Amino acid sequence: MHPDDLSFIFLNAFIINNFVLAYFLGLCPFLGVSGKLDTAWNMGLATTFVMFVSSVCAYGINTLLVEYDLEFLRLICYIAVIASAVQLVEMAVKKLSPTLFRALGIFLPLITTNCAILGLALFQTFKEYSFLQSVAYSIGAGAGFTLALMLMAGLRTRMDLADVPAISRGAALSFMLAGLLSLTFMGFAGLGGH
Amino acid sequence: MVTLPSEQKPITTDTFLRGLWEENPVFVMLLGLCPTLAVTNTTVNAIAMGLATTFVLLGSSALVSLLRKQIPKQVRIASYIVIIATFVTIVDYAIHALSLELYNALGAFIQLIVVNCVILGRAESFASKHRISKSLVNALGVGAGFTFALLCLGTVREILGSGTLLGFPLFGDGFQPWVVMVLPPGGFFVTGAWLLLFAWLKERKQRKVAEQKEAVHAPG
Repeated sequence: MHPDDLSFIFLNAFIINNFVLAYFLGLCPFLGVSGKLDTAWNMGLATTFVMFVSSVCAYGINTLLVEYDLEFLRLICYIAVIASAVQLVEMAVKKLSPTLFRALGIFLPLITTNCAILGLALFQTFKEYSFLQSVAYSIGAGAGFTLALMLMAGLRTRMDLADVPAISRGAALSFMLAGLLSLTFMGFAGLGGH
Repeated sequence: MVTLPSEQKPITTDTFLRGLWEENPVFVMLLGLCPTLAVTNTTVNAIAMGLATTFVLLGSSALVSLLRKQIPKQVRIASYIVIIATFVTIVDYAIHALSLELYNALGAFIQLIVVNCVILGRAESFASKHRISKSLVNALGVGAGFTFALLCLGTVREILGSGTLLGFPLFGDGFQPWVVMVLPPGGFFVTGAWLLLFAWLKERKQRKVAEQKEAVHAPG
């Protein structure tokens, strides 16, 4: 596969360079909302949608800013776009499924400060992806985020029943688990990419 | 007794120390984890990231505190984000001008300071309610706490992962570096280990206090 292929970009963001486990992006929801499987799945979907919308918008904005030589405004514009996209998702979720809205709680508005999304917008700008490549990248990143969240949720459900020393319960154990997951994902590095 | 509203309480060393130790943003509050884990593969990166974040914290806290009466409540989060993004852009361009090597090593994580929850958290819960001098002291404490946490991770990961400290070799040629420590999994493992250590210290302290109480109240 050529590094510019759409399928390669998708795979690269999905597993080889997983946003959570290889780039450390989006750790707050990764540790915060990974308690239950179904919440994790919905959180993943919401994040993927915001990623897709903000990636498309970021591509348009960047073209515009480069055209007028205003690159120093990039960061402020991106964050404004992401905040609006999150607002959109929040309204949609509240209307469509009030139960889900309550389950996600504070983590829904906090998608704004999820670094995976701003990171995605910045990375696609640095890599100078075309429009289609950006879309493939954003969907791959979203899928990868959902995968990591689901895996972690599954592990933590099992972990609740395990007999471990009291001091290692909670955050410390979650970090160790995430480390092992990340170690596993390093096995995909052989597939190529950087 | 009349208690002063928190606006007028004097600045004490506690305003500073609270952020450094008791409410350490990384180890206690578990905030701002992404940059903490991502850039701490060497000590130099960790220090640079800590200083950059502290600068943004100071700048945004000062401005938020100055404008706290002007910013309408409904748009406060958006205003804070724009203020923070402005300071991050300054830091980004400054590091780019000062050291290209450092700029490349930190990569997108300088710009990602914008979404560091530590900074937004300070703006929302402290700077928007206190006068500027107090906000600055508090921001400095939290910044120091953040830098301290980054240093804890950075030194351990560099010593184990490359066998060096600040770029100087420590162990001689025979040392086989644990490469995994500078790679992503190492970040998770070292953070987990520090959290375990702090949890153990806290538990031991609590047990001692309980034992002392027991000894005092023991009959005879």
